[in-house]
Amino acid sequence: MSKAAISISIPQPLVDIEGLTVHFGHADGGRPVVEDVSLIIHPGECVALVGESGSGKSVTARTLLNLAGNGARITARRFRLAGEDAMRFDAARWRRVRGREIGLVMQDALVSLDPLRSIAQEVGEVVTNAGLLRGRREIEERVIDTLARVGIPDPEIRSRQYAHELSGGLRQRALIAAAIAAGPRLVIADEPTTALDATVQKQVIDVLSRRVRDEGVGLLLISHDLAVVAEIADRVHVMRAGKVVESGPTAEVLSRPRHVYTRQLIAAVPSATSRGTRLSSARVDFEAASGSGDEDGQPQPIRIIRDPLPPRPVVSGEVVLDVASIGKRYRRRKGVGGGRETFVALDDVSFTVSTGEVVGLVGESGSGKSTCAKIILGLLKPDTGTVRLLGKPWSDIRESERRALRSKLQYIPQDPLSSFDPRYRVSDIVAENVWGLSRKQTLEHIVWLLDQVGLDSGFLDRYPRTMSGGQRQRVAIARALAAEPALIVCDEPVSALDISIQAQVIDLIGELQSRLRTALLFISHDLGLIHHVADSVLVMKDGRIVERGPVDDVFFHAAHDYTRTLLAAVPGPFAAS
Amino acid sequence: MWRQVLARLGASLVVAWGSITVAFLALHALPGQVEDILAGDLDYPGLREAIAAEWGLDRGIGEQYVAFVTRIASGDFGMSYELRQPVTDVVASQLLPTVYLAATAGILAFSIAVVLATLTSGRGRVARRIASIVELTFASTPVFWIGILLLMVFSFNLRWFPVSGAEGWRSLVLPAITLALPTAGLLTQVLRDAIEKTLDQPFVTTLRARGLSERQIRVQHVLRHAALPMMTLGGWIIGGLLGGAVITEKVFGRPGLGTTTLNAVLSHDVPVVLAVVLLAAFIYVAASTILDVLYVIIDPRLKAQ
Amino acid sequence: MTQTFDTTPGTRAEQEVAPARAMRTVRRRIPAGVVASGAFIALLLVAVAAPGLFTNYDPLAGDFLSILKAPDAAHPFGTDRLGRDVFARTVYGARYSLFIGIGATLISVVFGVLLGILAGQKSRLLDETNSRLFDIVSSFPTVLLAMLVVTFLGQGMFNIAVAVGLSGIPKFGRVVRAQTQLVRNADYVTHAHIYGRGHIEIFFRHLLPNVLVAVPVTATVFIGSAILAVSGLSFLGLGPQPPTPEWGVMLAESRDTLRVAWWPGVFPGVAITLTVIAFTVFGNYLQDVFEGRDNS
Repeated sequence: MSKAAISISIPQPLVDIEGLTVHFGHADGGRPVVEDVSLIIHPGECVALVGESGSGKSVTARTLLNLAGNGARITARRFRLAGEDAMRFDAARWRRVRGREIGLVMQDALVSLDPLRSIAQEVGEVVTNAGLLRGRREIEERVIDTLARVGIPDPEIRSRQYAHELSGGLRQRALIAAAIAAGPRLVIADEPTTALDATVQKQVIDVLSRRVRDEGVGLLLISHDLAVVAEIADRVHVMRAGKVVESGPTAEVLSRPRHVYTRQLIAAVPSATSRGTRLSSARVDFEAASGSGDEDGQPQPIRIIRDPLPPRPVVSGEVVLDVASIGKRYRRRKGVGGGRETFVALDDVSFTVSTGEVVGLVGESGSGKSTCAKIILGLLKPDTGTVRLLGKPWSDIRESERRALRSKLQYIPQDPLSSFDPRYRVSDIVAENVWGLSRKQTLEHIVWLLDQVGLDSGFLDRYPRTMSGGQRQRVAIARALAAEPALIVCDEPVSALDISIQAQVIDLIGELQSRLRTALLFISHDLGLIHHVADSVLVMKDGRIVERGPVDDVFFHAAHDYTRTLLAAVPGPFAAS
Repeated sequence: MWRQVLARLGASLVVAWGSITVAFLALHALPGQVEDILAGDLDYPGLREAIAAEWGLDRGIGEQYVAFVTRIASGDFGMSYELRQPVTDVVASQLLPTVYLAATAGILAFSIAVVLATLTSGRGRVARRIASIVELTFASTPVFWIGILLLMVFSFNLRWFPVSGAEGWRSLVLPAITLALPTAGLLTQVLRDAIEKTLDQPFVTTLRARGLSERQIRVQHVLRHAALPMMTLGGWIIGGLLGGAVITEKVFGRPGLGTTTLNAVLSHDVPVVLAVVLLAAFIYVAASTILDVLYVIIDPRLKAQ
Repeated sequence: MTQTFDTTPGTRAEQEVAPARAMRTVRRRIPAGVVASGAFIALLLVAVAAPGLFTNYDPLAGDFLSILKAPDAAHPFGTDRLGRDVFARTVYGARYSLFIGIGATLISVVFGVLLGILAGQKSRLLDETNSRLFDIVSSFPTVLLAMLVVTFLGQGMFNIAVAVGLSGIPKFGRVVRAQTQLVRNADYVTHAHIYGRGHIEIFFRHLLPNVLVAVPVTATVFIGSAILAVSGLSFLGLGPQPPTPEWGVMLAESRDTLRVAWWPGVFPGVAITLTVIAFTVFGNYLQDVFEGRDNS
């Protein structure tokens, strides 16, 4: 997008690093956290570092501010910032670099801004500290002006508020405002849009890319999300275990990845095209790749092939879950010190889920997804409407009566660890959901269940806190299956996992679902994931279902404006259209 | 925000009323006649009758209770039969030296804690280990033993300070230090812990990335955060200082509320003990109420709730 | 550990990096201070059970021929103004401090846990009543509350244990209340509901055990502060009376002879301080282990 800027003139690069290696004492047996990384960033250019957790991308970025952390030992063949040798900087010089020459935007503004100080104080501090302005009025103007530049409406009012009083999107923009207030030539954005809703994410990306395009700022973007990178970055470095495994222009790397890791990373992103296949089985179709040619100067994008999942069961039409126009209202306090208002969390929501069917439920935060899930799980009583499970009354009976049917309805949470009693081992956790078997039979059954989810019997006596995120989610799946349920509610089951692990867990869920014909209600904010796993989809907004239908119909021919907005907010080549 | 302040004040009134009630119940739940309890070790003709008349003991229990609460609320704690003067006068005449001692020690402890915690938090491992051992030792040492050791060194051996009495600033030095050290140890621990927890928060990285120096980060941002857990401890610290003052006065033979109360306890002068205990409870309640309100003012996150 | 990307279908569990903190807890090296504290507590317990193992002197027997003798081989801590062996008195003193300290802690624990669990339940009324009750009790400083108790009930070990125990109830009550609320709203309790477990079963299987794990830790640290409070009350003469070899009483007695003899005023104080430190360090260590275990 800013190729023009590069070709006009090549000014001195803002960052020019070669052979950067970062060690942390003797931890990890002296293995460097970042190894031999080279990085060049020009003004008006966005460079992205992508990789999964532990890849060293954040440490690399923080090293540019000399904030890699306590005990970091940094070596480099060349480490120049705006032409100056940064290896010679003393503490005072580094402090001048920070804020004035390089600004940092972190992940979650709620904790990345001082919660006890107003937005104006936070942004103003950057200006004061850089020694740019002195007068109170001038600083105030600069703050308001900066807030307006990042697209915060009513900046005078917002500046007097605190981080917790702003919405996620505004908060993140305020954080960006603080980072750019002293006019740095380079901005480092470390996962700036993670945990934001898709539409808000898009706005934040726009704010950042405007700095690059309109103001010629250099941007170093750190992200695990290939879609975000595709949207904004000119060049990308793919990192894995501290090393850059592949780098190049973004379009090139994403459409014709050379390194096997990049290919798998890209192929592991669920989307419309991956439906019915195993995400983690992806590999490059070399026959197709070698056939395409340089003849027309435009090499074909590589083709990715994946193994198919077992065939999906035919949806039988036997209704497992029948949600009939449920509604829920809350009374809540209006704003700061105001009166009370009624908040409609759920309004006239109806749908059914049948045996073998996977129904996706999408919506942004506050759309009513979780309220809906709570009512279905029988944890909350709807104000209006009823829920029936397997044709029997469910929502309007007493808990003691519900208990007999409980095993038919299971739940896989986003954060399995908190759903495990901290005193329990894996075998205790799964056993909690096994009923009416002898001790020996129970153990045998648990071993079988663990085998189903790809864990061997060595895990029986492990505590989940010593296990990885993917393994924990497998335990949660085994626990849900133990009850032989007719329906499982999956609430963002993979959104906390790295992309490659996410792929494996989705494959597991898909495979088990095909085999066992369990109905799934799959709640997610990830449209690509829903398109990958679900048969039909419900789009929720403000407590109502605004659009529903088979996934292809809804995602390829969205009828409702909101669905189209959501789809448009999915960045890059992974958009479903 | 005002809603919360009002709620807090309401709760404090309930607590104050509750402590008066506890005192009343204790008086009546004990075995034996209330007259006997109030008379303590004294016995002379007409005393029991005088007490019964003053406390209205011939009336019903409900009436007595109402009279008791109203009397305490209006600041009338009755007569000390032992000392033959109104309890309010006894307490008022002895209050000042004790408050003087507790306040001096409190300010000293607070200053020590802020300086030590700011200097040692987040520093090298050795410095922090030494600091934490020193804090732990002081927090674990009985007040009176510190007093005895200080007396031994500075009064008996070096003869820098008087052994006992309350004349002039020299007589205040050792008692104030004695009372301050254990509190300072505890406060430093709490404050340093809070500072280090705050330094671990993501926003501190943002502050560093703005080019702020470590000193600026600590003084302008972190101390404010670290003050919050200190404030929740505030009432408890003040109560501890009052209790510690009683012990310190005994070690140094200082006149004051502590000595008076101790004598009252030993001679079973119930009205005086009751008055001092209730007074301490009211001071505690008032102090923690003020600190809680300050907390809401410092932390904007609480205003919205 | 590097991440391997298994491309075969039906992959086994992935090779993710397990959380480092958990690995640390498994192979934690016990710090020297904790070992020393544990050893000191063990020593104290032996002194409580069999003080005769440490000394042949009778803590109460005065020897008028050896009054206020400085520490030497025969009397390692010297003798006091009645010629009693300070070392023997210090050893026997462990009994009183530990009995009263632990007794007070038991009172605090029993009532604190009961009221705390009640306060942590859903009922707003129960919570408010109990929490205000905690506020009321904690508004009385320990020393003054003890004075009140002693005025009413008289001097003695049992009464000061009651006084210190009473003033400790809010501490346990609040810890347990907070923990109960935390566990009651924990995801794993919600999950147990989803599996169809009943309220009573959940209370005993999940709630109670996870609430009670916090108690031993708090109690261990509290024993230290209870011993500290008890020694102060004894010093004031509210607890056991002379000639009882209680550490606070011994220090109170030593004040009169400080001008000529430092030892009766030093060793019992060292004993108190070391005991309090030992319980605090040991309790804090338990806390660390517990927090490493607990993920909330």
